[in-house]
Amino acid sequence: MQFRNHRVVGDILDLAARYRDEGADELVFYDITASPDDRTVDRSWVSSVSRLLDIPFCVAGGIKSIADAEDVLHKGADKISINSPALADPDLIGQLASRFGTQCVVIGIDSNAQDSDWLVYQYTGDPEKTQSAQRRTLDWVREVQERGAGEIVLNCMNQDGVRQGYDCSQLAAVRAVCDVPLIASGGAGAREHFLSVFEEAHVDGALAASVFHSAEIPIPQLKQYLAENQVDIRL
Amino acid sequence: MTQVAIIDSGGANITSLLSAFERLGVAPELTADATQIRGAERVVLPGVGAARDAMSRLHTANLVDVIRGLAQPVLGICLGMQLLCERSAEDDVECLGIIPGRAGKLPVSAAFPVPNMGWCATRPTAPHPILDSIESGDHFYFVHSYAVPESEYTIATARHAEPFSAMLGKDNFVAAQFHPERSSKAGARILSNFLEWTV
Repeated sequence: MQFRNHRVVGDILDLAARYRDEGADELVFYDITASPDDRTVDRSWVSSVSRLLDIPFCVAGGIKSIADAEDVLHKGADKISINSPALADPDLIGQLASRFGTQCVVIGIDSNAQDSDWLVYQYTGDPEKTQSAQRRTLDWVREVQERGAGEIVLNCMNQDGVRQGYDCSQLAAVRAVCDVPLIASGGAGAREHFLSVFEEAHVDGALAASVFHSAEIPIPQLKQYLAENQVDIRL
Repeated sequence: MTQVAIIDSGGANITSLLSAFERLGVAPELTADATQIRGAERVVLPGVGAARDAMSRLHTANLVDVIRGLAQPVLGICLGMQLLCERSAEDDVECLGIIPGRAGKLPVSAAFPVPNMGWCATRPTAPHPILDSIESGDHFYFVHSYAVPESEYTIATARHAEPFSAMLGKDNFVAAQFHPERSSKAGARILSNFLEWTV
């Protein structure tokens, strides 16, 4: 669920309840404006979401310190996801892992195909501030695991928003160096895309936003389809 | 009398557990008070974090013998389940020793990532009131890097690289490796079964 701070909380709660009832296995709340504007999210909604949900949820956006993380986790979030702040200060990953446990610490990586390699980008919430992080994606994937990442969400920017399918070759390459849960992000446009990414890249989860918001792909039918195709999934 | 006491040894994040009981119409007491814990109708031992920290917090709060002596229904969750066992390979720490068994590290490989974090199909292996209406193949939400191998006290099993105890039961103690509070309807069923369980 991607939203900017001005979005009213009622909308977020309605969406959260809808996805819970449709059988989503986990929700991620992205405040995409948080890092570029150098400020943090208004987090009063986290407590409300936690009371509502009986599935795990993760909060992403603006978590730059132990105190930020503690606030979000104490309000009931199961995980925190950090992206740009981890690139700016990689030591933060280890600090969060030793304070809260690796299982809480999700590292989001925005990755773009370039010159037959994949490179990490940062501050992707704002097109004007988006810039290369001067790191190879596979190197960063290895490093964040060594530092204590408990899960990696790989957002393939070259596929994001175009609905042509997940970047299975990139995800398979990352899978080969990733011993923690790996979540695919970017590119979902049809139910077949979900099946391919599980079969070809062996990811642990597939994240999507727009096709679920628009109800273009209803979650119950998607899960039924995946189960019929031998993906182990909760129905 | 306190209906449900959740043992508060500090460190564990129990917001979601409190909410799950509240959705079932119960308002648990979060407490580290021995008298209140002993007097509660039911007791929950939650736990997130590392085994050694959790055990030292229980020792500091003088709760080790209190928990060992409980006769009412007790539910251990996640690390709380491992604490009810004899030892954990995490920091090689001695635990409460109430349920035989030792938590070992899950083997790591790209095919079976650790932590094991996500929904796993779970299969009841022994009849127990806590498993009422739970069917083979129901999924629960797991987050763990250590697990207790299957034993005669296993009442439900799940698989990572190897099978492990998803739930344990011995006398008035039951324990879940998964998080019932984040396991949707099946998890709510486990909690409501716990609220109705009489020993």
